[in-house]
Parts: sequence; structure tokens; C-alpha cells
Amino acid sequence: MFSIVKNYKIFFSITIIFLLIGFGSIVTRGFNLGIDFTGGSIVDLTFENPVNVAQVRDVLKEHDMGNSIIQLENSDGKTEANSVLIRTGVVEDTELRATMNDLQSKLGNYQIQRVEQVGATIGSELVQQAAMAIVLSWVLMIAYITFRFEFKFAIAAIIALIIDVLVVLSYFSLFQMEMDSSFVAALLTVVGYSVNGTIVIFDRIRENLKIHRRSESLGEMVDNSIWQCMTRTIYTVATSLFAIVSIFLFGGETIHNFSFAMLVGFASGAYTSIFLAGPMWMFLKNKKIGI
Amino acid sequence: MRWNELGKFLIISLAIIGGFCVYISPLSNSIKQGLDLQGGTHVVLQAVDTPELKVDDDAVNRSVKIIERRVNELGLTEPVIQRQGKDRIIVELPGVKDPDKAIAMLGRTALLEFKDVSGKTVLTGKDLKDAKAQISQGNQSVVGLEFSDEGGKKLADLTARNIGKPIAIVLDGEVLTNPVVQEAITGGRAQISGSRTMEEAEHLAILLRSGSLPVKIEVMENRTVGPTLGQDSKEKSIKAFGIGVIGVFVFMILFYRLSGIVACIALLLYVMMLLLVMRYLNATLTLPGIAGIILSIGMAVDANVLIFERFKEEIRNGKTLRSAMDAGFNRAFVTIFDSNVTTLMAAVILFYLGTGPIKGFAVTLAIGVILSMFSAITVTKFLLRFLISSNFTKNPAFFGVSAPKEVNK
Repeated sequence: MFSIVKNYKIFFSITIIFLLIGFGSIVTRGFNLGIDFTGGSIVDLTFENPVNVAQVRDVLKEHDMGNSIIQLENSDGKTEANSVLIRTGVVEDTELRATMNDLQSKLGNYQIQRVEQVGATIGSELVQQAAMAIVLSWVLMIAYITFRFEFKFAIAAIIALIIDVLVVLSYFSLFQMEMDSSFVAALLTVVGYSVNGTIVIFDRIRENLKIHRRSESLGEMVDNSIWQCMTRTIYTVATSLFAIVSIFLFGGETIHNFSFAMLVGFASGAYTSIFLAGPMWMFLKNKKIGI
Repeated sequence: MRWNELGKFLIISLAIIGGFCVYISPLSNSIKQGLDLQGGTHVVLQAVDTPELKVDDDAVNRSVKIIERRVNELGLTEPVIQRQGKDRIIVELPGVKDPDKAIAMLGRTALLEFKDVSGKTVLTGKDLKDAKAQISQGNQSVVGLEFSDEGGKKLADLTARNIGKPIAIVLDGEVLTNPVVQEAITGGRAQISGSRTMEEAEHLAILLRSGSLPVKIEVMENRTVGPTLGQDSKEKSIKAFGIGVIGVFVFMILFYRLSGIVACIALLLYVMMLLLVMRYLNATLTLPGIAGIILSIGMAVDANVLIFERFKEEIRNGKTLRSAMDAGFNRAFVTIFDSNVTTLMAAVILFYLGTGPIKGFAVTLAIGVILSMFSAITVTKFLLRFLISSNFTKNPAFFGVSAPKEVNK
């Protein structure tokens, strides 16, 4: 049986190196904030012939604006309309004009109702409030895990989920993927998922602690616990990745980043639960890891 | 073979599957959907100059904040409020049935004034601390006002000087009510009567709470618009979600056979219960809400995986199907309980402290976690117990145990 505890240095290093790269990227390049945060332009057109959202998006895609917000007038039930409302991110005037010309050549003539700058829909207030709420929820999680397990389990679990959040943020910064308002929800999902996985493993450790023999070292016991949970971990990760990969591959343009954030977070959640949480708990308990 | 037990199993299972097929579509259509999924009303407001008040950048920004407060107080889920150009404000409201009333509210200046007989303004909305819609003793809808300390003094002063005389409570130049002062009001509280309905009183209270607009605002246009997620994207994503869920079902059935089928049936029941509760709570579904549902489905599946893995362990240890099942459920319960409660606590905090998308996520997650624990543990156990006690099969292979030891017959 492969010992996760003995090889903790490898797993810790992988995480630390990745997070350092991610941190470097966040500091130097920052994030690519989406329309919700930056605002952009609103283009309000009335076409001579009815169009549908997919047609408009195809044209915008050629100009790298595929994730614009595209709304038809009164599309309730109908999939086509003359009047189209497009909200893009911040783009150069020339680019916007080129896109509009393209719309005309591909979808026919239109009348321009308005083309104007629009502001952000999410302020820094909301982000701060969200951060506060999330941090407080962690405090409560620490309290509950301390009550049901012990303080060191709680700390290890929270560190594991903070790593997952950082991994997702790092990915989005590294690849400059756009963050929109649904990103926050994706991040919260990752937090919930990660804690779930870690608790399952800690629960096994807690159970095995009771029947722990002196002949068996703490490290062996942690290793055994992780391996006893391995089938469950793999199955659960596999099923949730099924669902998320499907949404990522077949879902619409506008929820691409949403599903990608979950994809990265779930994968990271599995990694931290299996390879980091157990050894971290040992480290907190013994101040040293090893068999 | 005990047909009685098998019959119970089949009847309950078929009832759930049948119910799902029949009700899932009307049920999911009856849930309110947010701006991102369903669309709503797109309103453009314009700030206009008046002889007294000129529009400037600061005034428009302050107006955005006030309108945002009004929309939020209407209790609409995740609206969009956005500044457009120099002097316009876009407001998008999710599927409001009768948007005219809401729209009329957005552009109201809402300047409240208390005037004495001579027409001199003594108090304004700025002196207010709070305003709430209430039912008065005479069973009328009124708005209860609470003034700031300074406002309370002004009110006491005004009423003391005007006993026996009428004062006017005026909103945007229109007299709301004209009460005759009976005695000096010293508590800093007053009521505005004259609202015809509770809704009207509530709207007035919201206007007064959110403060008056610094400039005149006009409604330029309003129209119904499609989902912000995009109709195309929405359709694709629904299909993708379906494919994902079917993938999960196939996985469960392949790996856990009969137990897997039972888990899938429980999952169908879970989805129906979730939709029912959301409908009952009149909750609005948005994309973040769907994220919460995805997580809770994931946790429901995980709960079943945990149970079935324990079940398999127990069978490998030589237990009979029946006692292995009981032991599996009992031992997995603690694990599931702890992980679900941890998540649930986080959801509760996010619900109380979060706004917008965070709240939407927290609602479905909290409901989802509670219901999924019920479906994944209780319903699955109930069904499996019937199935096992029917003696339909004693072969553990039917429950996905690959290398069974000899089972005691």
C-alpha cells in the first residue's frame, strides 16, 4: 500500500509550488474581472428581420465577446425577436464598431436605439460582504468540527478548504479567465464540497482512533483510514466530475467559467482531502509527520 | 420469496418514478426563476434637470444607490441596477407579474414634508429613522414613522405649537393626509394614514426608508427581456445538466446494482421534494441556486456511496445482507450527519449575512442538504429493507459486491 503520510513532503511541495505560482500571478497580473464587475457597453438594436440569441452570439464570438449578455425583447416562449439588447465588457470603440458592422453584414440591417457605456452591477461592497459572510461561516465550521471531533481536525479541514479556494483563484488568474457574479457561487460550492470530503476522512480517523492498537503507529493508522475511504472518494469524485464536466462541455457559453471554477475546485478538493488533510492533522497533533 | 414485501417495494418505487414523470415538468415550471434564467423587465430611467436641481455625476450616483435600496426592499431576487452613460440608470427586475407598480416606485422622488398651517416645511424625510407599514387600531393600513432624535424634537415642537390646528403630510407636493393635532407628540413617532391597501402602505414605507432622490428621475422606457444567461445558453445548459445527472445514475446502477437503482429512485424523490419546498417558500431560482442544488445532489450521492461502501465492507466481513445493511446505515450515518451539518451551518450563515447570489446559493443548499439527508438515508433504507426482506435475492453480487464470501444461508 502506498503511504500518503510518508510521502507528505511531495504532496505539500506540489501544493506550495502551485500556490506560489498562483500567488505570483495574482500579484502581478491580477484577475480578469467580468462584465458584472467592470461594466462595459450596452448596444440596443432593432433588426429588420427577427434574429435569435445564438446568431448574435456567433457574430460576437468572432470578436472575442462570446460571453456578452444578450437578451431579446419579450423572448418569453419566442426564440426570435427584432429587438436585441447586448451588453459587452469593456471594449475599444473601433472593435465595437467592427462588431456592429459585422452584425449588419451577417444578420441584416438594423436601427440603433442606443450605444452607451454602462457601469458595474457588482460593487466592492458586495464582494466585501461576501468575504465577511464566508469567513464567518468558516468560524462556525471550526466550532462545529471542534465540538464533534477536536480543534486540530477543524484547523486542518479549514486549511484544506482555503487551499482549494486559493487554487481556484490561482487558476483564474493564471489563465486570465473571466470572473463574473456566478463565480462566487461556484467558489462556495467548492468550499462545501471540500469540507464534505475532508470530514469523511477525518470521521474514519476518529473511528480508527478508538480501536487504535499500540503496535500500529499513528501514521499507519492515518494511512489506513485514507485508504479505507479511497473507493468512496474516487466514486464520489467521479460522479460529481461527471456532472460538472458535462455542464462544462455541453453547457452554454455564459456558464463556462462557472462550471470551470467548480471543475478545478472539485479536483483540488479531492486532492486536499486525500493527500493533505490527514498529514496536516498529524502535523498539528505531533508537530512532526512520519511513521 | 415474500411477495408481500416485494410488492411494497415495487409499489413505492413505481409511485415515485411515476410521480416524477408526471409532476416534474409542471412542478419545475411553477418555480419562479430569476433574471438570469427567465428574464424580466428592463427599465431605463433618466435623470432630468429642473430649474432648481441640476443633474451632476454625484446626484446620479446617489440616485443609483437609492433606487438599488428600493428594488432590494421590494424583495426581488438578484435584480440588476446599472448606471448607463452620463445621466441614465438601467434597472432590470426579475419576472414581476405586474411591473407597472414597481416601475412607478423607482422614479418617485419621495420627498416627505410635514407642513404647518402657514405652509412652512418643518420636517422632511431626512429627519426619519425608519418607516414601516402597519395595521392601525382602526384596522387601517398605515405607515408608522420613527424620527431621529433631532427630528423627534422638531415634531414635538411642531405639534406643541399647533394643537387644535391641522398640519399637512406631503409627499412630492401631494398631500397624503391632513390630521388635526390633538396633543403634542413627544415620542418621536407618528403615523401616516390614507393608504388604501397594505401593499400601498408597504410601498410608501419603502420609499420613505430609502430616502428621496436628489434629482428628478423619469421612466424613459420599459420592456420585457429574455434571460441574461441567454436563451441559447440556457437551453444548452439544461441539456448538459440532464446528461450529467443521467451519467451519475448510470454510474450508480453499474457499480451498486440494486442498491444503485434504489438510490436513484430516492434521488428522484429528493428532486421533487426540493422543488416542492422551493415552491412552497416562494423562492426564486437563479444560477447560484442551481449551484447549491448541484452540491446537494453531490452530497446525496456521496451519502449513498458511503452507505453502500460500508454495506459492502460488512458483507465482506461475512455478515448477511440484512445485518450488513443495518450496520452499513448505522455506521455511515455519523459520517453523513457530521459532513452535512457542517455544510448546513455554513449555508445558514451565508443566508443571514449574504446578499444576492450568495443568498440564492445558501437557500437551495440548506433546503437541499436537509432533504437529501432524508432521501439518501431514510428513503433508501426503507426501500432497501423491503427489497432485502422480500428474499428476492441473497446474492450480494446484485448489490455490487464483487468478491463475496460465502454468505450464511
